[in-house]
Amino acid sequence: MEFLSDIASLINSTLRISTPLVFAAMAGIFAERSGVIDFSLEGKMLMAAFVAAVGSYFLGNPWLGLLLAIIACVSLSMLHGFASVTYKGDQVVSCVAINILIIGLTTALAAAWFGQAGLTPTLNEDQRFLEVTLPFADSLRDIPIVGIIYSDILSGHYVFVYLAYLTVPLVFWVVFKTSFGLRLRAVGENPSAVDTAGINVFSMRYKALAINGVLIAFAGAHLSTAVNANFFREMSAGRGYLALAAMIFGKWHPKTALIACLLFGFTDALQIRLQGVELPAIGEIPVQLIQALPYVLTVVLLAGFVGKAIAPNAIGQPYIKER
Amino acid sequence: MATVDKSKVPWWVSNLIVPLVNLTLALFVSGIFIFIAGENPYEAVRLIIYGSFGYIEGFAYTLYYTTNFIFTGLAFAVAFHCRLFNIGGEGQAYIGGLGVFLVAINFSFLPVPIVWLLSIAGAFAFGAAWAFIPAYLQATRGSHVVITTIMFNFIAASLMVFLLVDVIRDTAQMGPHTVALPKEQWLPNFKDFAALFGIKIRYSPLNISFLLAIAASVFVWFLVWKTRWGYEMRAVGHNTQAAIYAGISPYKNIIIAMCISGGLAGLLAVNEVLGVHHKIVAGFPAGYGFTGIAVALMGRNHPIGIFPAAFLFGILYQGGSEVTFDMPNITRYMFVAVQGVIILFSGALENLFRPQIENFFVNRLNLKAKA
Amino acid sequence: MVSPILELTNINKSFGHVHANKNINLTINKGTIHGIIGENGAGKSTLMSIVFGLYQANSGIIKINGKEINLRSPKDSIINGIGMVHQHFMLVENFTVLENIILGFEGELVFGKNLEKAKKDLKNLCDTYKLNIDLNSTISDLSVGFRQRVEILKSLYRGAEILILDEPTGVLTPQEVDELFKILRSLNEEGKTIVLITHKLIEIMDLTSEVSVMRQGEMVGHTKTEDTNKEQLAEMMVGRTVLLRLDKSEVKTGDVIFKVENLSVKDDLDVTRVKNVNLEIRSGEILGLAGVTGNGQTELLEALSGIRKVESGEIYLDGKKVSDRQNFLDPRELKEKGLAHVPEDRQRMGLVTDFKAYENLIFGYHDQQPFSKSSILNHRDIISHSKKIMEEYDVRPQSPNLVTSNFSGGNQQKIILSRELNEKPKVLLVGQPTRGVDIGAIEFIHQRLIDMRDRGAAILLVSVELDEVLSLSDRIVVMFDGKVVGEKENKNVTDRELGLLMAGVI
Repeated sequence: MEFLSDIASLINSTLRISTPLVFAAMAGIFAERSGVIDFSLEGKMLMAAFVAAVGSYFLGNPWLGLLLAIIACVSLSMLHGFASVTYKGDQVVSCVAINILIIGLTTALAAAWFGQAGLTPTLNEDQRFLEVTLPFADSLRDIPIVGIIYSDILSGHYVFVYLAYLTVPLVFWVVFKTSFGLRLRAVGENPSAVDTAGINVFSMRYKALAINGVLIAFAGAHLSTAVNANFFREMSAGRGYLALAAMIFGKWHPKTALIACLLFGFTDALQIRLQGVELPAIGEIPVQLIQALPYVLTVVLLAGFVGKAIAPNAIGQPYIKER
Repeated sequence: MATVDKSKVPWWVSNLIVPLVNLTLALFVSGIFIFIAGENPYEAVRLIIYGSFGYIEGFAYTLYYTTNFIFTGLAFAVAFHCRLFNIGGEGQAYIGGLGVFLVAINFSFLPVPIVWLLSIAGAFAFGAAWAFIPAYLQATRGSHVVITTIMFNFIAASLMVFLLVDVIRDTAQMGPHTVALPKEQWLPNFKDFAALFGIKIRYSPLNISFLLAIAASVFVWFLVWKTRWGYEMRAVGHNTQAAIYAGISPYKNIIIAMCISGGLAGLLAVNEVLGVHHKIVAGFPAGYGFTGIAVALMGRNHPIGIFPAAFLFGILYQGGSEVTFDMPNITRYMFVAVQGVIILFSGALENLFRPQIENFFVNRLNLKAKA
Repeated sequence: MVSPILELTNINKSFGHVHANKNINLTINKGTIHGIIGENGAGKSTLMSIVFGLYQANSGIIKINGKEINLRSPKDSIINGIGMVHQHFMLVENFTVLENIILGFEGELVFGKNLEKAKKDLKNLCDTYKLNIDLNSTISDLSVGFRQRVEILKSLYRGAEILILDEPTGVLTPQEVDELFKILRSLNEEGKTIVLITHKLIEIMDLTSEVSVMRQGEMVGHTKTEDTNKEQLAEMMVGRTVLLRLDKSEVKTGDVIFKVENLSVKDDLDVTRVKNVNLEIRSGEILGLAGVTGNGQTELLEALSGIRKVESGEIYLDGKKVSDRQNFLDPRELKEKGLAHVPEDRQRMGLVTDFKAYENLIFGYHDQQPFSKSSILNHRDIISHSKKIMEEYDVRPQSPNLVTSNFSGGNQQKIILSRELNEKPKVLLVGQPTRGVDIGAIEFIHQRLIDMRDRGAAILLVSVELDEVLSLSDRIVVMFDGKVVGEKENKNVTDRELGLLMAGVI
């Protein structure tokens, strides 16, 4: 029985830990399918975490914090678009600029406004998102199997967890079953074909980036107003890059990207679980090394991914209409 | 968008005026940040200038930071000529520290100047080795170096903390750092040099590594523009297909460029470990690796541009610490944000005003020619 | 009574400092097939791109059916009944035919009813014009000829009354050209107006009823096709009398110096693109390799020049084996042995356009003396060498320090040619030597190739321009689906025969 509940709690934390990755990977799919590289998921996630925490603290409502985070992330996406779509700057440089800017700005402003070393004040219960207990979760707990699955694994998550997993089929539907999705995929493959079909390439890419900004805001808000009750320095901790690796490994496809995100989430859940545990034959693995596990996994996944041809054909190239 | 006949644009417009305009814009936006943080930007500028030039210790600090930024700026630039975004300077410098320390402590029986040379080689080799894996994966598997080098920064941080806590910690002390290196191995300090001229200085981290940074700049300039290797690296960077056509191996050049880049980042550890701390201290690269990106982009990836850019960041860092001292609302992270803004304006948005500026000068020169 | 469907008045267009269209006036009458002829760079494509709304004119008036309209984007043109088939097809390769055609005209946010209606409408259109296209096939699986039909179908579906075709025959076999012209004539009979942009006189004479001639950005003449002839048009096009045939001495061949045996080559996706090819080239002859784009010529050239790995078979240079599956020389080693290569795509492969001219003039030879000694570049020798060969090959402007992207297409090609020919190679591989090059440079380049041959070099010429292969080669082989399907002496072959071979019919 204890074994079962161990497994249940591992799955439970996998779902929770994967949540920001899923939002970020879906955000990445929109940007990159439109032909715009997005290494700035990391910076935007951090920005969202900061804005959501600060907004929620001042306005007393986490939903308003989320709204502000969405506005902030969409603005950053627009900045990325302005530099790399309109002004045809280098897309990777633009992303690196945004990431470094946000690492500095969030911590600097937190310190300036709240006087603590890059921390925002702890949010009270009204200012943050709380765990949602699904209906009947308590009464179903004692039923074997179903009880564990429903009450211990599925119930008791933050609202973002449910939203994240609902986002995946929605993204799939938008990308593959709507005319917007058709245009989105076309603009990342052959922007000239889109232009000659009478669709504005630039506005398509801006639209994709706007959606990207909305989705990534959820990832950040999840970190600072749900799992944690405040923002702290560099709290995104590379998750934007992990999500990007998951998306690439998932071949820019929502379903496979989801699987890769869950794999990351599981590794992270496992490493937390293994901290301080004596393993048979190996002994206790030092905590510093075990924490590096997700990063090592990212490198391994990227190395295992073969064939560059699957990336959207026009990715990374600004659209130049006149010679 | 207006296009200009590029062949008519004088070099000083593209390489001097345009970067200066971009820098001015970036600093203006940074001023707005300082204002948002609740401080007076003019006062901040005054403090920065006083802190970096106002007294000799301050100026020595400015040059000490400049040293670090030259190393990491050159590191980014070399890889960038092969169109590789090495944003792993941070991790490569960290691991480079291990190289310096292990060489210095294990070869302490050798004459000191030889230990120095070997330590420099150690720093370069360890930094290069840490860049090798991302380079290899990029060359053979197409794994994007931006992601892998960032991951290697995280991995390097974990690994070094592990080593500093569990393996090579100075057990007599509490903090996560190694034992100090023997005093005779410490690099000659600016303080001693100034004393020769009768100038007394309290403390200064500036040391002879500054000259190593100058030497590294000359090395990079020669490598990139005067040798076959640089020519081949640039060919791969600009047009991989064409390089293959000309019998130049992208695989080999990606690895060479990344390893030289990693090695240059590793040299930062010579300054920090052999010159300043005299031991490995946890987290000593302190963001210098990232600043190198801004330095290189601002310096247009040329050593002649990197030197003033590194100096400017030296001023910002040293002057910035003066600001954080006097202005409670400003922390050193504000200057990380400033770097981001500079990368944005001198990198991604460098075309924002370029056509207008170039047009302006071309038209003026045309008028002059007619008159 | 004819009525104008499209009227252009005083159209001007500049790209930076290049004045591509100067005060253009043009009237196209309803229900005609109107030819626009001019050499490369005369401004034809620019003009039609303005009509299609892709570029915006700096000044001028455009009227459709007598009404002045403002074309801000292709959307405006499509709404006004203009369709265009571009020289480089505007298709998304990994989409189906259907997806490509409805793109931008889906008519609904979520696919459903309109998609079914579109399928039905498209089937009807295919039947009416006998286009014979499977809507569910993926573009990347289709031949060039079929892709072009998809483009035509796309324009028709979007309601085109005026159909503009930009150099539509460049990539087709003569038989495919016949098919295309048949389709265009039947469209014309149904009342569509056709505008044909071309630099081939014969197509103007064959198909059009009216013709306009452009030269260096200007419109230099209009006439009814029946009132003119090829010679007159050619003179208007070039501005002087042109020789339509090239002077070429009788072939004097020597020994076989380049030999390919049972060669097979795979592409990046592991598909075998060259299948069991055998070739022999003697010194002093030009072997022309004809074929429709994408039948393995690119991979063959890459394998012969050492860029691509040989899957099986052998390559011999001067009687010595240089490459097989296990042992192969890289491009630089082959260059040292006297094999030069002018690649098919100069921008993608032949040059680093961001390099200065002098850096490109030693590209691939940069490790040889005197350009570099013990890996250090010898700047002074490189510059003086560059100045010398830029003068010899009439590269303009003659400034070795200028960045290569600032040179015109023809001069970029001369940079490559001068670099590759200067070393007096024994074997020369040439791909598409005159693609996108103006007529003056074409003459120059052709003459240089003939000179090389007369000097005793063995030349392999790969070109999709059948005219070029016919005018330069001594012997011609045809490639289809990766195989050599025919070999002919130039003397006893017609373009029709070659066309059948190129299409894989015989």
